[in-house]
Amino acid sequence: MRTVEGKRSMRQMLILGGGTAGTIMANKLARELGKKDWRITVVDATEEHYYQPGFLFVPFGTYQIRDLVRPRHQYIRERVRFIHSAIDRIDPETKSVFLAGGETLTYDCLIIATGAEIHPEQIEGLVDEGWGKTKFDFYAPRGAELLAGFFKSWQGGRLVVSIAEMPIKCPVAPLEFLFLADAYFSERGIRDKVDLHFVTPLSGAFTKATCNRVLGDFLVRKGIKVTPDFAISRVDNAEKKIVSWDDTEVPYDVLVSVPTNMGDAAMARSGMGDELNFVPTDKHTLKAQQYEDIFVIGDATNLPSSKAGSVAHFQSEILFKNVLQHVEGRTPRARFDGHANCFVESGFGKALLIDFNYETEPLAGDFPLPVIGPFRLLKESRVNHWGKLGFRWVYWNILLRGMELPVGADMSMSGKKQAAA
Amino acid sequence: MATLTLCGKELVVDADGNLANRTEWTEEIARDLAAQEGIAELTPQHWAVINFMRSVFMKEGDSPSIRRLTKESGVDTKTLYQLFPKGPAKKAARIGGLPKPKGCI
Repeated sequence: MRTVEGKRSMRQMLILGGGTAGTIMANKLARELGKKDWRITVVDATEEHYYQPGFLFVPFGTYQIRDLVRPRHQYIRERVRFIHSAIDRIDPETKSVFLAGGETLTYDCLIIATGAEIHPEQIEGLVDEGWGKTKFDFYAPRGAELLAGFFKSWQGGRLVVSIAEMPIKCPVAPLEFLFLADAYFSERGIRDKVDLHFVTPLSGAFTKATCNRVLGDFLVRKGIKVTPDFAISRVDNAEKKIVSWDDTEVPYDVLVSVPTNMGDAAMARSGMGDELNFVPTDKHTLKAQQYEDIFVIGDATNLPSSKAGSVAHFQSEILFKNVLQHVEGRTPRARFDGHANCFVESGFGKALLIDFNYETEPLAGDFPLPVIGPFRLLKESRVNHWGKLGFRWVYWNILLRGMELPVGADMSMSGKKQAAA
Repeated sequence: MATLTLCGKELVVDADGNLANRTEWTEEIARDLAAQEGIAELTPQHWAVINFMRSVFMKEGDSPSIRRLTKESGVDTKTLYQLFPKGPAKKAARIGGLPKPKGCI
C-alpha cells in the first residue's frame, strides 16, 4: 500500500476499550505487528483501570477502592496510542468509529473490548429513595465503598442479595459475597442477628450441576437461605420488599442488588448489539458474526462463557492468533473452547478453585500448576485463598502485559476427576 | 438416554428433559408438555410466544431471552410470567420442542 508521496501508509489496528481484554490485546499486538506497518490505538472513556475482582472484598474492609485502581495508559505499551474518549458509534460500512467529541477514526481491523456495566436503573424502584443507604450494589466502586461504610456500624437484620437477570459478570461473586458476609458478621460477633438470603433467577446456586451441588451445600452449611427461580420485577420501597413478576415477595432490611449487566450503549447506537447491547460473536473464532474485519473479546461478547477476567485472558491468546492470521489474509483458525478458571472465596481465609469450559462442567481434583500449585479443584483450601489474593499482583504485572501465564487457553483434563454419574 | 412417552410415542429427551429431536415435535406433543409444566390449556397467546420462540430458534440456532421475548413477541413481561409461571423462556422453549436457552452461565 503506497500513498501519493510514495510512503507506505500505516494500517490501523483499533481497539475499543482499555480494560482487561483491550489492554492485553494491545500489548500482545504491539510486540508482534511491525511498527512501520501498523498503528495501534486504544480508545476508552475513562482513565481509571479497576481490578474488578477486588470489588468483592471492599464491603468487608479487606481492600479499599484506592488499592484497586491504576491509570489505564500506564499499562499499555508506549508505541500504542491511547485516546481518552467515549465512543459515539461504529460504522462497519465505512470502517469508521465516531468518537463522542466528533473525531473520526478509521480501521483496517477493529477489536471490540468495551466490557459490561451494571444498570440499576433497569429495575423499577431500585435507584429511588434509599439507594446507597439501605439498597446497594458492589459491582462498581461507589456502591462497594458505600456498603463498606454501612456494614461497619450495621447491627443486623435481613440482608438480601438479589441477582436481577443473567448474564452477569463473575457469576460466582454473589455467592462469594454471601460466604464473606457470613464470615464477616461472625467475626463481628453478630452473625446470629443477621439473616442472609440469596435470591436468584436461576434454578439453583449455580448453572452447572456438580458445582451447584457443592456451592449449594456451602449455602446450607453456612445457614444462608436460597430463593431460586425469582425474576425480580420491582422494589417496593414503602414496604421494603422485592417483588417478582409472579408476585412472590421477599422482605429486606438491606438489599444488595446485582443489577442487570449490559454492554456499551454505543453498540445499540451502531445497531450491532443484542437486547443487552452484547455483540453477537462466533463462539470459537471470536469474529463478529455479521461484520468483516471486526473481532469481539471479553464481556462485550454475547458468548455463553462466563463474563470474567480469566475468560478474557484465555480468549486473548486465541484472538491474538486469529487477528494475526486475519491481517495476513488467512482464515482465522484458532478456536476458543469456553475455558474459565475462577477462585471462589468461601470465607474464613479459604477458597475453592473451579475450572471449566463450554463442554465440561467444573470437576473436582487437583489443578496442576508449577511451583505454587497444585490447587484443589472444587474443594476449600487456604492455598486457593492466597491464590485468589495473590492474583491481584499477577494481574497488574504479568497478565495485562500480555505475558504468558502457566495456564493454557485450552482447558486441560489433567488432574480432574470425572464426575460420578 | 432418557425418554418420555407422550401422545403414545416414545421420545428421546436431553439432560434438561427437553426434546432431543426437534423434528418429532407436534402441536399435540406441545399440549402434553404444557400439561407437565402445569399449564392446562394453551391459549392463542401461549401459541404466539411458542411460535415466536420457534421461529427465532430456526433462524438463529438459539432461543431468545425473556428480554427479547418482551421486546419482540408483543407480550409484556408480566403477561409472560402469567402464561408460563416461574420461567417463561425456559418453559416456552420446552413446550416448543426446543433446547433450554443458553442465555445464562
